[in-house]
Amino acid sequence: MTEKFDEVKEVKVDYTRLRVPLGPVHPALKEPISLTVTVRREEILDVVIRLGHVHRGIEALAETRNLIQTLYLVERICGICSHSHTTGFVQALEEIGEIELSDRSLHLRSLIFELERMQSHLFLIGIMAYEIGFDTLFMFTWYEREKILDLFEEITGNRIHHSMNTLGGVRWDLSPSFVEKVNCSLNKIEKSAKYIQEVFQDKTVEKRLCGVGVLDYDEARELCVVGPTARGSGVKVDIRKAYPYAAYSELKDDFSVVLRNTADAQARTQVRILELFESINLIRAILEKLPDGPIYKESVIKLMKKIPEGEATSLVEAPRGELLYFVRTNGKEGLWRLNVRTPTIPNVLGLKPMLIGSEIADIPVTVASIDPCMACANRITVVDQDKRETIVTDLKNLRNRGKKQ
Amino acid sequence: MKIAARSRIKSPWLFHLNTGSCAGCDIEIVATLTPRYDVERLGCILVGSPRHADVLLVTGPVTRQMLPRFIRVYEQVPEPKVVVAVGVCAISGSPFVGSQMIEGPPDKIVPVDVYVAGCPPRPEAIVNGIVTALKKKFG
Ligand code: SF4
Repeated sequence: MTEKFDEVKEVKVDYTRLRVPLGPVHPALKEPISLTVTVRREEILDVVIRLGHVHRGIEALAETRNLIQTLYLVERICGICSHSHTTGFVQALEEIGEIELSDRSLHLRSLIFELERMQSHLFLIGIMAYEIGFDTLFMFTWYEREKILDLFEEITGNRIHHSMNTLGGVRWDLSPSFVEKVNCSLNKIEKSAKYIQEVFQDKTVEKRLCGVGVLDYDEARELCVVGPTARGSGVKVDIRKAYPYAAYSELKDDFSVVLRNTADAQARTQVRILELFESINLIRAILEKLPDGPIYKESVIKLMKKIPEGEATSLVEAPRGELLYFVRTNGKEGLWRLNVRTPTIPNVLGLKPMLIGSEIADIPVTVASIDPCMACANRITVVDQDKRETIVTDLKNLRNRGKKQ
Repeated sequence: MKIAARSRIKSPWLFHLNTGSCAGCDIEIVATLTPRYDVERLGCILVGSPRHADVLLVTGPVTRQMLPRFIRVYEQVPEPKVVVAVGVCAISGSPFVGSQMIEGPPDKIVPVDVYVAGCPPRPEAIVNGIVTALKKKFG
């Protein structure tokens, strides 16, 4: 018997280039994205990424609505960073209309921004834990996240879509008793964030994440990846520091940019965990400095009527990275053009160099580590199912398509 | 009540399908599984394949891309199945009504048993929706 096993059996069939389709509906992927992975045994040779499953035609839709309606539409681009989207849009409008904001409303905007960043990072840390099979940590992180959602509910009345921004200010004010509550919650969250950090330094977790999905500095620069994905590769980008918006120019010294150089999934998770602490510091600073004053100017309808024809670009640092809004108004309460560049688009490009050369089992962890938000990223390509062709349309084309139907 | 129906009510398995939602409803569905709301204590569990599921949770207004996949997933869920539409997107398509890319809402395509309103609905509402759907179908 033993002799038989000692022989080295030669495999005649070479399983080269098997194509494994993943998604769009797949248990490892939370949102629809389709990856076609070419593998040799366990090794990944090539990846083809296809987006477009969540394409809802929001940019075209925005042109048929007025500015205030569009404000609530862009909020629904993404459920996790809804405040970033409205801030980006409203900032562009305020630039066109030359509307000055009170200090208090700017500070409140930043406050919600940081709360949202914390909620989003806790969300992703939980998902990372889930992907490596550490369900207890997933449950723990999401339990902590509920505390932030409670704060949201207290301020704005909603857990996910806060609708905090409006033209010329914000819609809800803080009550004095609320400040205490925030401090109390922040203390608790800080304690558990420290615990989460410790757990992520555990040997087993480290083994699962270190060296997975490496995107080195040069590639990161070349692909223009943004946000925590870039900062995990050592690229120093942060819109809050580079082009301060809302109240960040006053808060410059209250936070620092977190950088990591190892460029793997562990680094990106570490960046997010450390940013939790930065956000906690920022929120404390905002509450300390919170000036008095009105939170909005005048009726939004009046303001909307005053906005002239013009165009503006605005940049914000969403939880996932740089978010760009280009807005062109038509002077008649409507829009000529709305263009959104969400952070997931450059980050998804980074998936290819991350995945090539690694193993199939690492796909979920790698995909999760860039924190993809597919709802954000699906607004450029139109894929025709019947003709099986993929075309990148422009606006004129899209309008013609509309007319034909 | 037949024994099969009774066991179905005891442990409904859920499958969640995102047909173009903004991820708001999806997060709330996942949040129902986490310790604060913890539907697992009621026997619910989120499964990875539609073939194992009793309840299909649909979010989003069904984009053109997802339409064939939606129908395919619906057909893969074994009978008797319960479909719950979560969020206003899945009820009427709002706020995306009028878009060229929307083929929905889901009840235009498949029969829907229960609608859970809200943008996004609270986790309690989602749990209530699942319970109502099960009662309606098997109770
Ligand atoms: S109902 Fe609201 S939260 Fe839910 S998917 Fe639609 S827009 Fe997003």
